[in-house]
Order: sequence, then C-alpha cells, then structure tokens
Amino acid sequence: MDVIKKDFDDFPGEVYQDRSGHSSIIITQIDRFANWARSNSLWPLIFGTSCCAIEMMSAASAKYDWSRFGFEVARASPRQADLIIVAGTITLKMAPVLKRLYDQMPEPKYVIAMGACNITGGPFMTHSYSVVNGIDKIVPVDVFIPGCPPRPEALLHGMIKLQEKIMRSKAFVIEKPKK
Amino acid sequence: MEQTINNRILQSSDDEFIINVGPQHPSTHGVLHLQLRLDGEEIADLKPFLGYIHRGIEKMCESLTYKQFIYLTSRMDYLSAHINNQACCLAIEKSLQVEVPERAKVIRTLMAELTRLASHQLWWGSTGLDMGAVSPFFYAFREREMILEIFEETCGSRLTMNYCVPGGVMNDIHPDFVSKVKKLIQQFKANIHEYDELLTGNPIFQSRTRGVGYLPKEDAISLACSGPVARASGISCDVRKKEPYDAYDRVEFEEIIASEGDCFARYRVRMKEMLESMKIIEQLIDNIPAGDYRAKIKGIIKPPAGEYFQRVETARGELGVFIVSDGSNKPYRVKFRTPNFSNLAALKPMSLGAKIGDLVAIMASLDLIIPDIDR
Ligand code: SF4
Repeated sequence: MDVIKKDFDDFPGEVYQDRSGHSSIIITQIDRFANWARSNSLWPLIFGTSCCAIEMMSAASAKYDWSRFGFEVARASPRQADLIIVAGTITLKMAPVLKRLYDQMPEPKYVIAMGACNITGGPFMTHSYSVVNGIDKIVPVDVFIPGCPPRPEALLHGMIKLQEKIMRSKAFVIEKPKK
Repeated sequence: MEQTINNRILQSSDDEFIINVGPQHPSTHGVLHLQLRLDGEEIADLKPFLGYIHRGIEKMCESLTYKQFIYLTSRMDYLSAHINNQACCLAIEKSLQVEVPERAKVIRTLMAELTRLASHQLWWGSTGLDMGAVSPFFYAFREREMILEIFEETCGSRLTMNYCVPGGVMNDIHPDFVSKVKKLIQQFKANIHEYDELLTGNPIFQSRTRGVGYLPKEDAISLACSGPVARASGISCDVRKKEPYDAYDRVEFEEIIASEGDCFARYRVRMKEMLESMKIIEQLIDNIPAGDYRAKIKGIIKPPAGEYFQRVETARGELGVFIVSDGSNKPYRVKFRTPNFSNLAALKPMSLGAKIGDLVAIMASLDLIIPDIDR
C-alpha cells in the first residue's frame, strides 16, 4: 500500500495516509500520545470559594475564553474532573472539604492554586486566625498563580504551564512485579 | 418535630428525608451549606450552616491601622468592592470631620454606580446559568468586561479596587475615563433589549420564577432584609434616597419598588436598577467638577474616641460600618452589618413548601455572596 506522510501541527507523532485519504498508520510513543490527549482536554472542577472565583468566571467568558485550550467542560462533580482550580480562600473549616474533594477525583489529577490566599494566606496571612496559610499543606499543588486576584490571562498562563508539565510527565508507570 | 437550638442536625421522621446541599455546590455561589428536610419533593425545613469562608475580617481590623483595614473590606462583598471601601472611608471621614472635595465625591459616586452595574450584570448571567441557560452568561460578561477595563485604567485593578482612601480617592481619573464611560453607556443602551429577549420574556424562565419564593412584606421587615430583596416585597429602603451620601443628593433617580415579592419581582427590580444606575452616571459624567481629588489629611489617622456609624447601599442592600475608636491609630472594634447575612435569613420563609428544584431559582434571586455573610 502506498502511503504519504502527513504533517499535523500539534500531533505528537507521524501520520501516514493512503491514497484514499484515510490515516492508516500512526507512529508515536504511548507516553507522548496519552499526554497530548490528557493535556488538551483538562476538565476543571467548579470550585470557587471567594473573590478569585469571579476572575475564573471571567476566564471562562467570551473575552478570555479558556475553551481555546480545552478547559471549557467545567464539571460540578469531582468524580468527573481532572483538575481542581482552587479559586478563593481556604479556611480551617473548609480544609477537610477540599481534601475530600481531591480524594474523590479520579487519577491522574492536578491542582492549580489560584491567588495569594492559596499560596501563603495572602492578605490574611499574619492577622487571621482561621485561614490556611497555603493549600500545599493539604493537597499537592502543580501550579501556583500569584495575584489578588490574578488576572484571567494569568490563569490561562498557569493552565498552559500545567499542560506543559503534563507533556513532560510519564503517562504510564509500569511497576515491576514483586518477587 | 422537636428541635433545639443546639441540635446541629435536623431530625427526620420515617417518610421524610434529609439532604445536604453544599458546601461545594454550583448553585450556592460559594461555600454555603444547606440542610434540607424533604417531604417528597417539597421542602419541609431548611437550615443553613455558615462559617466555611469565615476569615475573621472584623477581628483582623483591630490589629491594622485605619488606612490598612479598608483594603480588607473589598474582599467581603467582592462584587461591590468599591462601595465597601466607600463605606469605611465615609465612616472614618465622619470621625475626623474632614470635608471631601466635590471632585472626589462625584468620582466615588460614578465608580459606585459602575460597580453596581457590573455586579448586576454578573448576577444576571449567573441567574441564567442556574436556570440552565448558558448564553446569558456570555452576553453579561461582554459589558462587564468593558466596565472592568475602565476600572483597571483608573485604579490599576479589575476587581478588588481599593480606590477609596479617607479624604477622597487614591489618584485622579484616567484621561480616557469620560469617553470610555460614555461609550459603555451607549453600548449598554443599544444592547439592553437583548437582555430582555434572552431571559425576561422567556416562558420557561417566567414559569420558573413567577409565584416562586414569595416573601411577604411583614417577613421582609422582621428579618431586616434590604436591597432589591426587600424592595421587591414593597419596602422602600434605598439608603441612597433615605440618607444621601457623597453625590447622591444632587442626582435624580427613582427608587424601584415592586409589590409581588416573588423571584420574578426581584429579577425585575434588579433589571430596572441597572437603568437607574445608568441614569445617575449620565447625569454626573458630563459635569465632574475640577479641583482636588483628595483632601489633605494626616498620614497617621487617630480619630477622637467615640463611636461612628455609616451606612451605604451596596448592590445587595444596606451595608453598615460601625467603628469604635479609643483615640489610638487602630480601631478598638469594627463591626460590619452586611446585607447578605440578613437576606440569607429570608431563604427559609421563601422556600418552605416549595419544590426542591425551585430552591436554585430562589437562591439565584437572593444573589448571595457567601464571604460577605461569613466575613
Ligand atoms: S487571593 Fe485575594 S482575590 Fe483571591 S481569594 Fe484571596 S483575597 Fe480574594
């Protein structure tokens, strides 16, 4: 069968088509392919506790439009989400809820900490008695986005950085059987 | 059904059923936790649990100086951030008895009305989202982004502005401010019919809101509701009319009052308030007086010992700021009377006997901001 090599901009691998135009052969690595698929369809969980959530809504609106990068399928249930964007202050009372939401998400899962509150406690760091000083004490964070609140562009930048991080990771870890 | 105050969990009998909504639930617009007792599909009892976003702002104010604690209040009701700052500044100015320059008064009022417009637009979009219509969200953010751009040029920040300082405003308006506001008004006027076509006249939306979540006038008074929630039940309570502050005494506008008391009335009140806000902006934008934008006050503010109170009208109702001073550079006690806290109390009388599906519509019509309830 005669095949011609086709170029696709963002596809991780080589695609060969036959005369009739069907892509019959793909040569790629499983890691690269799986990471490509994962990073381009991150489904965020709707989890906004306070001010930063409004900027997250702005990022979803038409002007900034995060669906250009594949984030638009925002889910209300953690069971269906890959990514939790923690937008807003986490207090001591809310911390167990955040941990439970994170535990409910299926693997692989990612966390973005949006706003100063989630990095260090932000404006509430030194004087407040009820704010968690940084959510990295509760859940593992992949990307921190500074700002109070961060601009929607900053959120998009953070999410693109997360995509880059996913592209560099190992999609499948094959564990050796124990003897 | 026996119930004591300390009883954290509602009791259910055999044919009733307890359900928890939140703290992570998209329709509560934040982290409110509601416990419902359902009889079939009807809500037989309801109990809100607060404190999931309690950040201790009132206590924090006591360890910060007068100039410093103002910025915390924009994190309370972040959609009326400027109006919260304005309330604190007015209270501090009252204590110091400084006269604010005319220019600053007009700029503050303009900013406050722009904030109200932006806040109501966001509410309109999220009401549509709650009812299952996604497109209003995109339409609402079109004009809202224009307002945020204006804020950003003048104040440097889009949401938590911190533009008010005791004695006036932080800096002068951007040279493009007037022309951009005029363009916004023009565009919003041209587009407002789309708002009505998309949602107001929609038969599905009407049947979900008309006659749902009725709040009688007596209940609204005894629960101390304020803002559009109270005005939709026929109470005249607009602080801008009753106790004009800043430049509200020189503008003509109407206080919108409806008498039906249902979700649709609250929707109509907010829609008409947007038009009134535009009217106020139009009256002020062409005659911003020249002069200083800030009165000269001392670097360290030490109000004389005493108690000071100021109330303003935010996008959600009446915000009261109560400051007790002991003569030092830090307040002895600060108390905020926030509109959302008392409006939340109206949730129970509104939703008893309603279907559980209507709870989402009732929550949307209350327009609650949870960090403003918990502080
Ligand atoms: S970082 Fe600032 S804007 Fe974001 S939640 Fe904290 S206080 Fe609000």
